[in-house]
Amino acid sequence: MKHAFLAVIGLIVISWLGSLVGLDYLFGVVFPYLAFAIFLGGFIYRVTNWAKSPVPFRIPTTSGQGKSLDWVKQDKLDCPATFWQVVGRMILEVFVFRSLFKNTKAEIHDGPKLVYGSSKWLWLFGLAFHYCFLIIVLRHMRLFLNPVPAFIGQIEFFDGLFQIGVPVLYQTDLIFVGAVTFLFLRRVLIPQVKYISFAADYFPLFLIFAIAATGILMRYFFRVDIVSIKQLTVGLATFSPAISGDIGSIFYIHVFLVSALLAYFPFSKLMHLGGVFLSPTRNLANNNRMVRHVNPWNDPNIKPHSYAAYEDEFRQFMADADIPLEKELPPEPEPEPAAEEAPAADAAAETPKPAAEEAPAADAAAETPAEKE
Amino acid sequence: MYDGKLIIPGLIVFVALMTFPIWKNMGNAGPVPKLEKPKGVTKCVESVQYMRTSHMKVLDDWRDQVLREGNRTPVEVEGVKYDRSLMNGCMKCHTEKKKFCDECHTYTSVKPYCWDCHYVPKETF
Repeated sequence: MKHAFLAVIGLIVISWLGSLVGLDYLFGVVFPYLAFAIFLGGFIYRVTNWAKSPVPFRIPTTSGQGKSLDWVKQDKLDCPATFWQVVGRMILEVFVFRSLFKNTKAEIHDGPKLVYGSSKWLWLFGLAFHYCFLIIVLRHMRLFLNPVPAFIGQIEFFDGLFQIGVPVLYQTDLIFVGAVTFLFLRRVLIPQVKYISFAADYFPLFLIFAIAATGILMRYFFRVDIVSIKQLTVGLATFSPAISGDIGSIFYIHVFLVSALLAYFPFSKLMHLGGVFLSPTRNLANNNRMVRHVNPWNDPNIKPHSYAAYEDEFRQFMADADIPLEKELPPEPEPEPAAEEAPAADAAAETPKPAAEEAPAADAAAETPAEKE
Repeated sequence: MYDGKLIIPGLIVFVALMTFPIWKNMGNAGPVPKLEKPKGVTKCVESVQYMRTSHMKVLDDWRDQVLREGNRTPVEVEGVKYDRSLMNGCMKCHTEKKKFCDECHTYTSVKPYCWDCHYVPKETF
């Protein structure tokens, strides 16, 4: 945690010093472009890399009745068996974090008694965090689009509906900071979660908190020349970036932190943005009983060997060892004086045929058990 | 690649969404606000940079002082008196809403709620 915190402080200091010594172009243009390229390229790389991994087995986590007989009611969302049922499950997963909603907490009471209770706080703050982040990103589109589409204005209007202060306070800013704080405190205060938390868990939280904090400072406290900033940001989106006017260090710190987040994104846990769509425990239909799934790395030279074929191969030996057989040995034929040649008998032993066909050719084969008996 | 028929379209949608501002603007940064100074005046209540970043703070303070505290005494800066008023103070020099307010507010999608109470001045040009 200490290192993650220091890393974010380091990023802030670097960009602050950079803006002080006049590296505006580096922090305002070069790093954002670089970060965005790394973000897009890295994201595609990670997703295609995942896509190259075969998923030969259906491993959905099921928490409901699977498809069975017609009169058994299937739980279509918790145990989907078809593509569209999976789509339904994924929509709820992606948009309302259904897995987190089903989070439970185990507690031991006197008795001792083990109690499972519903635990919705992580779900609630997680959902608030992600949706606020989405709205904040959409709101920022006013800086990258000219003219600004009407729906961006609508989002801004409803976000600042209470018209508190000037510039108006966005509700999402407050909720966002509150949610990040919750997600951080959760990691620190719950011993079990703290135990499994590493720098890779703390760093994104600190970084996102610092981004929110610098953004809030820039909007409500320091205030910056928004027209100059928009000229730069629209310039970035139209590949004609130019820095004009006095923008202020806080802007470069904010932008550098965002650049760091974008560049860090594809190589971190934040890739759950793409990963949620590719999680086999959620996106696979539980259709093992209906569809044969062939492992793609199977050696094609190794043919499937069914039990029936196995029994055919070893029936005689199994019978000798008193191992129960699904298909009994062919009935003992009438001994015939005209003995057939050996190869025919071997074939009969390997691939049994209906008794009637076999009977004339199976003298040799039939003799052995007879002798032993 | 496995499931490419779902993953490749997914990636295309992702890249399209992420680069939305790039292909929406189509390389055209659009009109930039033309800053114009009021005629015959060279000074304001605060410095140029302060007014660029924080003029809304001045208006907010004035609104509170006038409407909530009843303080209508003019602000005196370097011997010049300014009414604590949007219409009678600011817009005495910055005469046109269109030119001095909307030019930048539209550009940056800022919609101040001044005109929820104030009448929008009639402009005939």
